[in-house]
Amino acid sequence: MSAAILIVAVVLIVLALVFYLVSVIFALQKITKGLDATIASVGEIVAKTDPVAPVVDDINANLDAAVSALEGLLVKKAGMADAVGLVDGLYPGAAADGFREFPDSSSVRAPRISEVYTKGTLTLARLGREAPIATASPAGGPVLRNITGGSLAARLLYPADRPGRSPIIGTNAPVQYEAPDADPSAV
Amino acid sequence: MIVVGLVLLIVVLPVVIVLLKGVLDAANAIVPSVDRIAVAAHAGSADLDAVPLLLTTQRQVKETVANVAAYGGSLDVILDDAS
Repeated sequence: MSAAILIVAVVLIVLALVFYLVSVIFALQKITKGLDATIASVGEIVAKTDPVAPVVDDINANLDAAVSALEGLLVKKAGMADAVGLVDGLYPGAAADGFREFPDSSSVRAPRISEVYTKGTLTLARLGREAPIATASPAGGPVLRNITGGSLAARLLYPADRPGRSPIIGTNAPVQYEAPDADPSAV
Repeated sequence: MIVVGLVLLIVVLPVVIVLLKGVLDAANAIVPSVDRIAVAAHAGSADLDAVPLLLTTQRQVKETVANVAAYGGSLDVILDDAS
C-alpha cells in the first residue's frame, strides 16, 4: 500500500514535470523564432542606415557653406543692421540668434522692417532704396505698399535715429537736387 | 514509507506544479512581446526603404547650392555694397 502511494506520488510529479517543461520548451521555441525574425530586421535596419551619416554630413556641409555665403552677401550688401532687420522680418525672433558667421550680430538692434513692408517686398525694399515698388507691382496686381503713408511708415524702420545715408528731400532740404535752370512746368 | 508518499503528494507535488506553472506563464508572456518587437523591427526596416532617396537629396542640394552661389555672385556684381 505504502509503496503504491509512493509510486503514484513520484509518477504524478514526473508527469507534472514533463507537462510543464515541454510547454516551456514550446514557448521558448516560439521566442527563438520571434527573436530570429527581429534580429533579421534589425540587421536590415543597420545595413540601410549605415550610409546615412556620411550623406547627411555632406548635405549639412553644403547647406552650411550656402548659409555662410548668403549671410556674408546679405551683410555686405545691406549692412549689419538692415540685414538683421530683414531676417528678423522674415523669421520673427531670429535677430536674437544673430548670424552664424557674425557672432556680434546678435547684439544688433534690428530695425522693424517687417512692420512697414510685407514679406514679399522685404527683399525688394532692401535691394534698392530707389526701386519703384510703391508705384507698380511686379505681378501686375494691387500695390503692395501704402503710397500715401509710405513716408510715415518708413520712419518706423528707424525708431531711434534716421541714418544719414538717406537723402533729405523737400523744399526745406539742405540740398536742393533740382537744377537751377530746370523748367518748373515739367514738375 | 506511507508518510514519505503522503508528503510527496501533499507538499512536494503542489510546490512543483506551482513553480513550473510560474515558469510556463512567464515564458508564454514573453512570446507576444517578442512577436510585437519583430513586427516593429520589420516595419522600421520597411520605413528605411526610402533611405536611397537621400542620394537624390544630396545631389539636389549640391546643385541648389551651386545655383545659389552663382546667383549670389551675380548679386555681388550688380548691387552696391552697403558701405
